Amino acid sequence: MSQTMNPGMSRMQKLARNPVMIATFLALSLAGCASKKGLPDNASELGLGANGAAPGSSQDFTVNVGDRIFFDTDSSSIRADAQATLDRQAQWLAQYPQYPITIEGHADERGTREYNLALGARRAEATRQYLASRGVAANRMRTISYGKEKPVAVCDDISCWSQNRRAVTVLGGGVSQ
Amino acid sequence: MKRNLLKILTLLAAFIAASCGPAWALVEININKGNVQPLPIAITDFVSGDAMGANISQVIAADLKRSGLFAPVDKKAFIEKISNPDQPPRFEDWRVINAQALVTGRVVKESDGRLRAEFRLWDTFAGQQMIGQQFFTQPENWRRVAHIIADAIYEKITGEQGYFDTRIVFVSESGPKTDRKRELAIMDQDGANVHALTNTNDIVLTPRFSPNSQEITYMSFEGGQPRVYLLQLETGQREVVGNFPGMTFAPRFSPDGQRVIMSLQEGGNSNIYTMDLRSRTTTRLTATQAIDTSPSYSPDGRRIVFESDRGGRQQLYVMNADGSGQTRISFGDGSYSTPVWSPRGDLIAFTKQSGGKFSIGVMKPDGSGERILTTSFHNEGPTWAPNGRVIMFFRQNAGAAGPQLYSIDLSGYNEQLVPTPSFASDPAWSPLLD
Repeated sequence: MSQTMNPGMSRMQKLARNPVMIATFLALSLAGCASKKGLPDNASELGLGANGAAPGSSQDFTVNVGDRIFFDTDSSSIRADAQATLDRQAQWLAQYPQYPITIEGHADERGTREYNLALGARRAEATRQYLASRGVAANRMRTISYGKEKPVAVCDDISCWSQNRRAVTVLGGGVSQ
Repeated sequence: MKRNLLKILTLLAAFIAASCGPAWALVEININKGNVQPLPIAITDFVSGDAMGANISQVIAADLKRSGLFAPVDKKAFIEKISNPDQPPRFEDWRVINAQALVTGRVVKESDGRLRAEFRLWDTFAGQQMIGQQFFTQPENWRRVAHIIADAIYEKITGEQGYFDTRIVFVSESGPKTDRKRELAIMDQDGANVHALTNTNDIVLTPRFSPNSQEITYMSFEGGQPRVYLLQLETGQREVVGNFPGMTFAPRFSPDGQRVIMSLQEGGNSNIYTMDLRSRTTTRLTATQAIDTSPSYSPDGRRIVFESDRGGRQQLYVMNADGSGQTRISFGDGSYSTPVWSPRGDLIAFTKQSGGKFSIGVMKPDGSGERILTTSFHNEGPTWAPNGRVIMFFRQNAGAAGPQLYSIDLSGYNEQLVPTPSFASDPAWSPLLD
């Protein structure tokens, strides 16, 4: 196991205070090793992951960690699948502390405009509180609600509405696509 | 917007001699009966030296027809050609084509450049003039003169105030749903004279008129901060309403124009505040761990209707203007939102979501007498004509690329598409213009 502990000891000592984080860090490292077997040489030399995302990049965050969680209709409860995503986000954000984040709350189109603005804010706030409970510093996080004004999926059935009921964690305070 | 340019004089006196009839006109419409039979009315081209006469009568006819209460008679059926509107018409020529009312008029360009428009409304069966009026205006305001004449006709025959000389402010939408461009726009109530009020890439939402129609309050995401703004129509000047830590949204003016009422988001909750526009002091009216939003004053300013999900789902509540006495008024199946108090004070219009459909409905301020006016895949955001008889809203049909504006009579009849050059949402009806 010792060869996986590439980071300096001081960092490991910090991490050691949080057993959950250590376990996850090791798991991520092992997964990385395993996936490297099938990589082309050039990607390997560049130090990129399986999907070409540089560790610590926003692409790494979006693709490998997952930048968004989904909600049930008219709900702001963090579902179990969303908790797993937010746990990964918190770990990644602990690893890359240089990023401030903006949490965008969104609603589907099956509601009225003003209520959905408030519902998006409620979802963003629930997400912010969850990340805070997993150690993300409050001063790194801001929230914004877009209500139903920025759907990502535009069909008129539940397959799209369920994708639009979301909270998106955006690195650096930008705007998600 | 162009109020200062507009100089309209109503000269009733000039025609009083001709309108000597008693108050018992035969021609009248009882609009409280629901699905009324539209009144056949002949609207002749106003006598003029150019196309203006025909243009004005066309706008009058279109207004009256769209109200659902009038059926303009086809001009091809006309027997008498009106060449001198100062002479009484041959009433029998109009009775025989079943025109119960007749409109005649004249448009003249005065030597000072102004337009003089005069009209008379005749009761063909009683054989008498019902009204005669004369207006002066700048030629570019000819459509307003036509709307004012249509209002006078509507008022005389229905006994209700007209609503044609009004404007609509709305959100003009273009581009794909995932990257919508939104602009605030203003137009006449019949869809003419569309002007953009903003041109930015920011999301702009929910514009509403001030009581004097000179200001708009709306919400904008300008600078990445969703907040309530004021816009002066005459100057284009904009300002933020208050400086709050959270998102402000769902703004409306108080009936006296002195305050804006809106929601302030605080964490996961949203509560209702007012801001006095002169003193800039804010007052908190609700304090729940819930979403309280879409506040709307009663016309006397003493009460406020709003929506809240404090009971689990969106429902309508009424409270006193100071926030006291918060009482739930909606109890039907489904959720209720976007309440708007009628300018007459007698009803509250709302959006109702039930069974996967969205309806526009009305209920009395105590919650009784709920009536659904129209239901579809998605109807939202009612706004009242100033006479409290007609409601406009926006509709997004399933599979449609964007929303459009519709109007419907309070009776639930006469649903009409309101034409807009692009997709449109969030309509707000102005008061009658000055």
